[in-house]
Amino acid sequence: MSLKLLMGNEAIAYGAVEAGVQVATGYPGTPSSEVLSTLARLALEKNLYVEWSINEKTALEIAAGASYAGARAIVTMKQVGLNVAADPLMTLAYIGVRGGLVLVVADDPGPHSSQNEQDTRVFARFAKLPVLDPATPAEAREMVKYAFNLSERLSLPVILRPTTRTCHACQDIEVAEVTERPRPAPGFEKNPGWVIMPGLALRRHAWLNQQQEVARELLEESGFNRLINLDDEHEQAEAGIITCGVSYNYVREALDLLWLKVPVLKIGTPYPLPNRLVLDFLTRVKRVLVVEEQEPAVEDQVIALAWRNKMLTGISGKNDRLVPREGELDTDKVKTILEKFLETAPAVPEARASAPELPLRPPVLCAGCPHRASFYAFKEAARGTDAIFSGDIGCYTLGVMAPLNAVDTCLCMGAGISIAAGLHRAEPNRRQVAFVGDSTFFHSGIPGLINAVYNRANVTLVVLDNRTTAMTGHQPHPGVGRTAAGEQGKPVDIARLVEACGVEFVREVDPYDLEASINAARAAMEYPGPAVVIMKRECIALAKKQKSYLIDHQLCTECGLCLEELGCPAIGRPEGRPQISQNCYGCGICAQICPSKAIREETR
Amino acid sequence: MNLDILISGVGGQGSVLASRALALAAMEQGLAVRTSEVIGMAQREGSVVSHVRIGEELYGAIIPDRRADFLLGLELAETARALNKLKPGGTVLASTTTIVPATVQLGLSTYDREAITDYIKKQAGKVFFLDLGVLSRRAGHPRTANVVILGALSTLPGLPFGPEQLLRAILRFVPEQFLDLNRRAFEIGRAAMEVA
Repeated sequence: MSLKLLMGNEAIAYGAVEAGVQVATGYPGTPSSEVLSTLARLALEKNLYVEWSINEKTALEIAAGASYAGARAIVTMKQVGLNVAADPLMTLAYIGVRGGLVLVVADDPGPHSSQNEQDTRVFARFAKLPVLDPATPAEAREMVKYAFNLSERLSLPVILRPTTRTCHACQDIEVAEVTERPRPAPGFEKNPGWVIMPGLALRRHAWLNQQQEVARELLEESGFNRLINLDDEHEQAEAGIITCGVSYNYVREALDLLWLKVPVLKIGTPYPLPNRLVLDFLTRVKRVLVVEEQEPAVEDQVIALAWRNKMLTGISGKNDRLVPREGELDTDKVKTILEKFLETAPAVPEARASAPELPLRPPVLCAGCPHRASFYAFKEAARGTDAIFSGDIGCYTLGVMAPLNAVDTCLCMGAGISIAAGLHRAEPNRRQVAFVGDSTFFHSGIPGLINAVYNRANVTLVVLDNRTTAMTGHQPHPGVGRTAAGEQGKPVDIARLVEACGVEFVREVDPYDLEASINAARAAMEYPGPAVVIMKRECIALAKKQKSYLIDHQLCTECGLCLEELGCPAIGRPEGRPQISQNCYGCGICAQICPSKAIREETR
Repeated sequence: MNLDILISGVGGQGSVLASRALALAAMEQGLAVRTSEVIGMAQREGSVVSHVRIGEELYGAIIPDRRADFLLGLELAETARALNKLKPGGTVLASTTTIVPATVQLGLSTYDREAITDYIKKQAGKVFFLDLGVLSRRAGHPRTANVVILGALSTLPGLPFGPEQLLRAILRFVPEQFLDLNRRAFEIGRAAMEVA
């Protein structure tokens, strides 16, 4: 054993290795990404197969195949990734698994970096699969080990659902040295049970429904559901709290801050709910508050359970609007909720000076980001038209910020091209331009492009090819050809792929060449029919800085164009006049747009 | 003992390394630790905070309002933004260096340096202002501002580890070719507190 400072996602990866995982797949998505990148780092040493798959559906199908052959497999994704993997998941629950199969689906209450706040605990119940909800990184590691065993006992996939505050929190954790290699997979055995057909589906549905109760019984004994502050077996209390996942931490700390001792039932397995533990708790308190983030996943089950058992325990939470259903909880919010529920007088905080107005500081595209150049070129080409720019999911969604204002729609992974095609059907005379990143293009953009070709949609698709999955921490993808474990894979050429899809107008341009970019943009937008422009330039976080630019104040007329058009974080007015800071990467776009030719390369 | 340290700054300034180093130093003293950080490229140039919690009985990784013992501000306005986390009488180490966001250039918001400085002085129990821009460049690279401020922190009482232990933890996160640079940054941070 050795003590390590581990991030929740790393702890999950270590737990999976301790459980003897053999195959690990996933698609990057904050806050889940570091689970698979940690496994990739350990792949060689621990003899695991690790891959970044093209999308979550593919990732789950690969894990399922490995599990059919008896291998232990893990799949990682963020909450919206589960929507992409929903098709295989819903039926895999009927078919069942052989080797333990664990899905790590990271939820993002807040949301911090997601397009919605969907609750995977509710999804798990919909899919009729057990879900574990860790409160801390250490518990996440314990849960993933348990999940593999549970999966094999039930022959069902099991979901581990950490949230951002577990994924991206660090904790001191004892890690076991794993020296033995995973057991070899026993191998696939042919059996009609692996082939889903309507008749089998009906039989397996009945089996799946029975497994819910088997799972419930096992989870009762799992140790992840615990009673706190109710020591004596016969002790009764006026009020109690049921809490789930990271909210448990907030409840404990808020009670400490309030100097209160109130019975708490910590739930680590929100579905299927450990009914006996909950019923026992309900008999011992007169009223209960359910504290959980997002949906009333536990609360609704508690209400149903109390009603079926004709219990009169008062149940508070989201249904009586004491606990918010949106956003994240924290100790301060929970403290206020507890003060209301327990009817204690809130402490009056001492008066503090009011804060001065602070500058707005949203995240922005980096200095030198090739996406800024690409957006600028298409804005120039579309100047004077009412063109619509449909965006997609990635760093380039930040193109929505002033002064670029270059994203008019954004919905989900791969949607931009099809949203543009739909807008085109409603307004055939309006120019439609869709932007998609390279990784997102592979993930789910290709079907939309083929659909546009097949149905003759007059849209322009701009592939922002920065040679990486930048937003989530620079994972490789098929266009790069390097695999998760760092080995050489087969690169897939985007231009040739696009041509093979039937696109007749295909251009590849370097976004740092502004004139060529604007020309390509104009030609693509004028082309009747689907046109694709690939803006190819490596992400600046990966490429080494080449040079810097400076403003010649003899020539600068202080027109402010460089500041107002680009919004580059390396250009400012620290002493009144426009000036380029040392954060300059050297993309040279400002020099290309300066009407006075006052910006030039710094010579050393 | 229980100790809460909040680090605020701008994405890219190295607040993650700072919080991990503090946690590791405390962990090596046998204390339980939690950190919470803002991870992801999306936070480039945006406001970020890292929480470090050290102690015996720990729950969540997020420091509640008005509980932080120390606030380390890597950027002036971001120090002010995080002040609600500082406990009454708590200590602030604040950079006087400003990073003016594009929203100010575009007239969408303002950056009132004096009002912000006054507010920090009024709110903090104790405040030490450091010109992290100058100090980190003196160390050899502007990216060492995070280590300069840790060096400065290491001179103050109330920490569960000594300066050598903190420096050793920092260097565990630093690639070999930058070890000397970071040692220098740490020493410059310590020296700056003698005059601050």
